[in-house]
Amino acid sequence: MDQPLNLVLFSGTDDRLQAAAILTAGAAALGKPVNVFLQYWALDAFRADRIGRDHGLAPEAGAEGRAAVDHLRTAGQATWADTLRMAKELGGVDIQACSLSMDLLHLDSSDLDPLVDGVEGVTAFYLNAGEGQVVFI
Amino acid sequence: MILQIAQTLDARGLNCPMPIVKTAQAMKTIQSGQLLEVLATDPGSVKDFAAWSRTTANELVEQTVEGGVYRFVLRRK
Repeated sequence: MDQPLNLVLFSGTDDRLQAAAILTAGAAALGKPVNVFLQYWALDAFRADRIGRDHGLAPEAGAEGRAAVDHLRTAGQATWADTLRMAKELGGVDIQACSLSMDLLHLDSSDLDPLVDGVEGVTAFYLNAGEGQVVFI
Repeated sequence: MILQIAQTLDARGLNCPMPIVKTAQAMKTIQSGQLLEVLATDPGSVKDFAAWSRTTANELVEQTVEGGVYRFVLRRK
């Protein structure tokens, strides 16, 4: 249980971010440390001015998937951002922005939601990942 | 035996993983040895609470189901 779970988030659609937030919250509830590394479109979704927006769904969702996701939401399911906030309150969750993606998107730390703890390169990510599993979403 | 419940968490209507997340939060607010009662309607919670209890060493003292509501009693380690 000591090795962290390491999630690399690449995709910026709400369904994938929701799946990642659930994995993060579940691990945090078990007391397992979680390192989240934000790249490309996932990082874009964490911009302070965009985090609350509709980020769409993965193409395979289709109209039926869209309806199912909307149904869960209206039934009161927490958003991925709120799920991550709760996971962080439990402790052991560190969310870092990939520095290359920051350059790509012309972002500064001040552009990001407070959920993001900092900016780091891939080497720092691997160092913190230790021997723990790395999952790419 | 009548169990002395220190706190009750109503997690009915919440989807996975919120019942467990809120349980982990609530557990921090009671003392070691005290009991937390959790009510949930997520069918996945049966396996989730068993797994959470095993992993975190907080004992699952009682588990019942009535009218689609799962009730778990956990003792803080």
